[in-house]
Amino acid sequence: MSILVSKLEKKFNKFTAVRNVTFQVEDGEFVTLLGPSGSGKSTILRCIAGLEKPESGHIQINGEDVTGVSVQDRKVGFVFQHYALFSHMTVGENIGFGLKVKGTHKKDRQTRIDELIDLFELEGFENRLPSQLSGGQRQRVALARALAPEPKLLLLDEPFGALDTRLRKELRTWIKALHDRIRLTTVMVTHDQDEALELSNRIVVINKGLVEQDDSPWAIFNKPASEFVAKFVGETNQVTGTAYNQLIEWGPFKFWAPHVPDGKKAIVLFRPNDVYVSSRAEEGSAPGTIQSLQFLGALDCLEIKLENQFVVTAYVPKGVAEQSRFTVGKNVYVSITTAHVFETKH
Amino acid sequence: MRQNHNLIQPKQKWLHGFWLVLALSFFSLFILVPLFAVFSNALSKGWQLYFHSIAEPDAMASIKLTLLTAAISIPLNLIFGIAASWAIAKFDFVGKKFLITLIDLPFSVSPVISGMIFVLLFGAQGYLGPWLIAHNVKIIFTPFAIIIATLFVTFPFVARELIPLMESLGNDQEEAALTLGASAWQTFFYVTLPNVKWALLYGVILLNARAMGEFGAVSVVSGHIRGHTNTMPLHVEILYNEYDFVGAFAVASLLALLALFTIVAKSLVEWKSNIKREVLA
Repeated sequence: MSILVSKLEKKFNKFTAVRNVTFQVEDGEFVTLLGPSGSGKSTILRCIAGLEKPESGHIQINGEDVTGVSVQDRKVGFVFQHYALFSHMTVGENIGFGLKVKGTHKKDRQTRIDELIDLFELEGFENRLPSQLSGGQRQRVALARALAPEPKLLLLDEPFGALDTRLRKELRTWIKALHDRIRLTTVMVTHDQDEALELSNRIVVINKGLVEQDDSPWAIFNKPASEFVAKFVGETNQVTGTAYNQLIEWGPFKFWAPHVPDGKKAIVLFRPNDVYVSSRAEEGSAPGTIQSLQFLGALDCLEIKLENQFVVTAYVPKGVAEQSRFTVGKNVYVSITTAHVFETKH
Repeated sequence: MRQNHNLIQPKQKWLHGFWLVLALSFFSLFILVPLFAVFSNALSKGWQLYFHSIAEPDAMASIKLTLLTAAISIPLNLIFGIAASWAIAKFDFVGKKFLITLIDLPFSVSPVISGMIFVLLFGAQGYLGPWLIAHNVKIIFTPFAIIIATLFVTFPFVARELIPLMESLGNDQEEAALTLGASAWQTFFYVTLPNVKWALLYGVILLNARAMGEFGAVSVVSGHIRGHTNTMPLHVEILYNEYDFVGAFAVASLLALLALFTIVAKSLVEWKSNIKREVLA
C-alpha cells in the first residue's frame, strides 16, 4: 500500500511540531524519517497512524484520503518506542489481541498466534508475561502483535531505542530480512543515521518540522542537500570561505562552488572518509603533520595539521594506516576528494 | 528489605526493639483494648441477649439501611471514581486542577459540615426547600438524604486510588490497543481496567468501610427516626444514650467485625497487588 502525506501541519498549543510536510511512500518501500529528537518525526508517524489529528494537510493510504478516518479503521501496525505491551496479558494474548477485538474465531486466532510465535522465534514464551522477557524478546512480541491483524502498513517509532548496541544490530538485520520477505510498506522513525542508512529504500530527513531532504540513502550521505543534512548524517570537517570566480579558497585547497555568487560567504563540509592521506605528494595535495592518531576499530582517526595551521580530521582504513606507517609527527600529504559547499544564509 | 536487616548493627538492634515495643504497646492500648472492650461488653449478658439485641426490629432496620446505603454508594462512586480518574489521568482539559481539588473536598471538610450542606440545600428553610415542598418531595430526614450524604463523603476513595496509578501508567497501552483495532470500550475493558483492578478493589474496600461507618454527615440529615432513618452508627448512639449498653455494644460489635474484615481484605489486596508489582518490576 502506498502512503501520501501532503502539506501536513501539526501544532501543540503554540508550538508547531510539523510544518508543511509532504512526502510519498511507494508500495512495499521501507522509508525512514530521520531527524534529531524534537524534530517532529514521531508526530508525523502518529499522524499517519491516526493517533494525532493534524491541523491541516492530508494523508492518503493507497490513494484513499484517511485524514478523517479513526485509528481503528486505518488498519496500521504500530510499534511503539517502549513497546507498550499489555502488561497483564501473556505473549500469546498480546499477539492475539488485534484478532480478538476483531472477533476472529478462537481457533483461527490460535493458528495465527502459533504462526507468528514461530516466525518471531518466540517458541516457549507464549505463556510468559512481558515483564518476564528480555528487551529483544519484547521488541519481537511488539512486532508480532502489530503484524497479527495483517495491517496495510507497518509504522515503527524508534524501534531499537531501548536496546543495547549488539541487540540493535541483530534486530536491524532481522527486520531487514523480514521486510525483504513480506514486503510490507514500512515507515520507521529514528535519530540513528546508521539505522536509517542500513534499512531504508529512502530516507526523509526532518528538521524543525520541515523536510530537509527526501532521497536514497546513498544520495543522503554523498549528496546532502543542506548543511543540516551533511552535518546530521555522518561526521564532517567544516571550514568557511568567500566565493570568488566560482571557487572558494581555503589554505592550499580550492573548492568548486558554481552556485555561490562572488563575494558571498560559504560553508564547506567534507567527510573524514573523503580526506585522502598519503606519504607521497600528489596532484592537488597539501603537506601536513599528523597531530594525533586515534583507534576507532576498523578505522583510524587522524588529525592532521596543515601548513596554514588548520587541522583536518581524516578516517583511514586500518590496513592503509599500518602499511603507510602513519604515526604522530609524521609528515604526510592530504587531498580532499569530495566536499559540499553551501552558501551561508543570514 | 532483607539487605536492610543485615545492615543493622547489634547496638541498633536495641533501638530497633525499643521502637517496636513502643509502637506495639501504643497499638494495643488504643486499638486492641477498645476492640476487646466492645466484644466483652456486647457479650457481658451472654450470647442470647447479644443475638436478641441484634435481631430487635429497630436494630435490624438500621442494619438494612446501612447495607442499602453501602450497596448504592459503592456502584455509584465506583462509576464516578473511574470516570473522573480516567478523565484526569488520560486527558488534558480546562479545569482539570479544579476537578482534582473538588474530588478532595469531602476529605477536607468536616463530615458534619457535609451534612449541613444538604440541610441547607434540601431542608424546609433551604434553597430548594420551598420548591421541594411545593412538589411534595421529601429529602431531609429520609433514607434518601442518608444515601446522598454518604455518597458525598465517600466521593474521593476510588478516584484518589486510581488517579496516581493511571497517571503513572500513561497512554501507551491504550494507544497500542487502538492501533490494533480495539474500540474505546474494548480498550477500556481489556486494557485500562485490568491494569488498575487491584487499586480499584482497594478503593472499594475503603469506600465500603466508610459508607457503613459514617456518622457525622449522616447524623445531621437523618432526623434519627427509629426503624426508618437510623443507620448502624446512629442506632449505636441512641442505644448508648438510653443506657442499653448490651444493645449498643452488640450493634457496635458488628461494625467492629466489619472493620476487621476490611483490614484483612485490604491486606490481602495489598499483598496481591504487591506480587503483581514485583512481577512487573
